[in-house]
Amino acid sequence: MQADDTGTYWPAQAIVAGKGHGKPLLLTEALSFWGGYDAVQGCVIESGHPQCGARLAGRVTLMERAKGSSSSSSVLAEAIRNGTGPAALVMRERDLIVGLGCIVASELYGLHVPVVVVCESTWQEIVDMGSAETCDLRIDAALPGDCLIRISPYSAHNRPPTTGATT
Amino acid sequence: MRVLVRSAALMGAERLLDITSAHIDGCLYHGQASLDFVERLVAGAGKVVVPTTLNVGSLDLIHPELFRGDEAVKSQAQRLMQAHLELGCESTFTCAPYQSRHRPRLGQQIAWAESNAIVFANSVLGARTNRYGDFMDLCAALTGRAPACGLHLAENRRGQVLFDLQDFPADRAGRDIWFATLGLFAGKRVGTLIPVFSGLPLDTNEDELKALGAACASTGGVGMFHAVGITPEAPTLSHAFGGRQSLRTVTVSRVQLQRTRAALSRARPGDRLVAVSVGTPHFSLAEFEQLLGLLAAEDAGPRIDFYVNTSRFILWQLEQCGQAQALLSRGITIVTDTCTYITPVMKQTRGLIMTNSGKWAHYAPGNIGVEVAFGSLRECVRSAVRGEVVLDAG
Repeated sequence: MQADDTGTYWPAQAIVAGKGHGKPLLLTEALSFWGGYDAVQGCVIESGHPQCGARLAGRVTLMERAKGSSSSSSVLAEAIRNGTGPAALVMRERDLIVGLGCIVASELYGLHVPVVVVCESTWQEIVDMGSAETCDLRIDAALPGDCLIRISPYSAHNRPPTTGATT
Repeated sequence: MRVLVRSAALMGAERLLDITSAHIDGCLYHGQASLDFVERLVAGAGKVVVPTTLNVGSLDLIHPELFRGDEAVKSQAQRLMQAHLELGCESTFTCAPYQSRHRPRLGQQIAWAESNAIVFANSVLGARTNRYGDFMDLCAALTGRAPACGLHLAENRRGQVLFDLQDFPADRAGRDIWFATLGLFAGKRVGTLIPVFSGLPLDTNEDELKALGAACASTGGVGMFHAVGITPEAPTLSHAFGGRQSLRTVTVSRVQLQRTRAALSRARPGDRLVAVSVGTPHFSLAEFEQLLGLLAAEDAGPRIDFYVNTSRFILWQLEQCGQAQALLSRGITIVTDTCTYITPVMKQTRGLIMTNSGKWAHYAPGNIGVEVAFGSLRECVRSAVRGEVVLDAG
């Protein structure tokens, strides 16, 4: 971990490049986007899932691993297209089905939602901090490979220091 | 190709390898993104370069009158299926492409999508595919290449978690439900690891393995399993694990399976049913024979709607041998090209619906908002005839 006055920085591997930030949302069990997420309504619909009803829009979704149907890529791409998808995804395992949903959304629509994987200890730290929902997670990965997750206190006008003046 | 290369990088693959067939799961309409992707490839005059089958779509093109949903969605869904044909895919529209005459052989590299087809190809046929999803499968079909990683490579096909079955029901009649239950049970416990089942009946058939794999891939991210003494890469326990140790062992008793089954459905004997739906994954010819046998054993036909999902090719074979007419006259509705839990074809979805499919039981409540009763094919038939849930004793 590194820290400066804008927040703490955690090492991650971007498996899909992109930019995104928001409050974290922890999925405590694996989710299949197909059959488990409604891309029109924008909420988790798997009955019995601990986060059933949760909305991913604008959230940095923390999900250890994915499960289930290979149709999940389409549902995720569609969710990103119509604004009901997550701002970014943090996972423990590389997952092609989740990654592809984001890759296709970026190729078709220029919407670059990053997917990063982190090691066990980073995952634990992020989950511990993130569950408070008072912080902002920011991922900015121009290319796949090593990148950093910035965690800073959440505020409604949370912006990165470099682009803070542009609006 | 760019999507493929980005995906290869994602998976950490150093090279691509040649594939001999592809199975595409992009025909289900999940919204505008599904269509935008394929239309871009059609506009670029893309064509598949290997034999390519198609998974179910959102419509039964053979029986379009069954569709009860939104007209705009219907026409988008129809266009999506048509666009895939324009890319050179075969009009199979089935989630069980392994039930056709041409199926991959042991050791062949393929790029298949559809979670149950992936598990079946890897486990039962011994062909090699990763868990491909929408988009990637089509990219592989258009290029004939796939990233060389994961289950494509022998060293990643070794079993990891042992499920030691103590007293798995051996009696053929009614045991289908226990394969589905075992799949749901195991999938939940292994995540994406490779389970090894030891203690399944040695006369386990392909339909039972199909039910097991489909259920495993619903509650977990399972891409492959081994059944010791049954599946081709697991003649012995030691082969199944590639000479290594199991990461962990789970002992499974019949009581545990009964508990898993009970947890899935609150339905009790005597509860009123509105319909039965079987054939998820698509029914095989052998399963239709079984169904006809079970129907013949009853004095009357079903009193409620009884849906069977299958492929158009199986339907044509049923028509040729006269069985389709026999099923129709007994009140069975055959649905092809799609499946009852992904598209509005069932007349009634309020109330209790019975199935023998672990996959249907797992997904249908979220997808189409139904309540599920879970029973063997025999229990489904007996229940349909009485219009209420009938379960075997014990």
